[in-house]
Amino acid sequence: MSLGMIALFVGFGLLVGILFGFFGMGGSFLVTPALLILGYKSTVAVGSGMAFVFGTSVIATLKHRDLGQVDYKLGVLMIVGTATGIEVGKEIVLHLQEMGLAGSIISAVYVLLLGGIGALVTYESISGGDGGTLEHDVDENADLDEEEIPEIAQKIQSYRIPPMISLRGGITVSLWMILLVAFATGLLSGFLGVGGGFIRMPALFYLVGVPVPIAVGTDLFEIIFSGGIGSFLYAQAGGVNLGIVIPLLAGSALGARLGSAATSIVDEDEIKVYFGVMLLLGSVAVAIKEIGGAYDIEILRTASIVVILGAAVLVAGAVVYSSVQSLRTPAPATSTAD
Amino acid sequence: MFGIESLSGSAYAGAMVGIVLVEALLLYVGYGALTRFAGPSVKDALRGE
Repeated sequence: MSLGMIALFVGFGLLVGILFGFFGMGGSFLVTPALLILGYKSTVAVGSGMAFVFGTSVIATLKHRDLGQVDYKLGVLMIVGTATGIEVGKEIVLHLQEMGLAGSIISAVYVLLLGGIGALVTYESISGGDGGTLEHDVDENADLDEEEIPEIAQKIQSYRIPPMISLRGGITVSLWMILLVAFATGLLSGFLGVGGGFIRMPALFYLVGVPVPIAVGTDLFEIIFSGGIGSFLYAQAGGVNLGIVIPLLAGSALGARLGSAATSIVDEDEIKVYFGVMLLLGSVAVAIKEIGGAYDIEILRTASIVVILGAAVLVAGAVVYSSVQSLRTPAPATSTAD
Repeated sequence: MFGIESLSGSAYAGAMVGIVLVEALLLYVGYGALTRFAGPSVKDALRGE
């Protein structure tokens, strides 16, 4: 492999790492298309992408752990519920495939879900709606004010079916509600064939009421397991190329450190706006790709990849820019009044 | 790479995942040390101090 290719992978890894560390998502759906553009076989693109996500999630989870932003109990419960949901989701896909409807239904659900979550998150951030005032530096023992928890999450927390589970951020939720949310996100994940970070992170916040930084850290913890198992399975079939994964990971490790550090610097509403815009652009990219596939228009397929990669560059740039701006803004002067 | 080509099946896959895990841990420790040493200077520079 040439030095130029290694530098390209390190640079691309840095970009993806910033997004991954910041949002707890955005790994495989960026890396895999990029590797396909570079001409790698789809098994190598998917397998290497998965190994990369595994490595990045290990690093990002450790960083979030240092900041007290991983709830292991919630993570393990989510893994159990999600795994069951994925199995059921896969069965539904197989059933739809037999009926010849899988491709079109999955694409439509993908576009609606990405676009819907993106629109909701962006709208709430701009309008200052539910849960827009959570702090990033979460004190494990601090209780959240009732008005800081989204309404749906408050409703879910109100169902006090034992056993009740205490989570970081001072919230208490029924075990069954956590498993139900995990199952639902796993179902969508298995149905759509994606890692599911973009579904789980908002679900943990909007449905369970977990503060955003802990939702990100816990989601990353879960990705270690899904990414590890996925990498193992693809490596068995020769789908993991270390020549790709090692330089990508070297870049993304630095990016993930910058991204997770930025979550403690940048304003909460800004995080949610970036997240929403990225999901909206993702839904546009999937829609363009589907139209390109349906009418066999090559330029639309290329355009969809340009939109996804462009969104990644734009959002990662915005994260870095906002962090630098926040650092340059002088802290409010401490009152010296008598 | 890393002399694991002679391994087969699950052993090869396990070695690949292990290498990625070890690299991740090394990078975490390495970049962590770098951040501790260079982080404050970089922050000061960004603040314009």
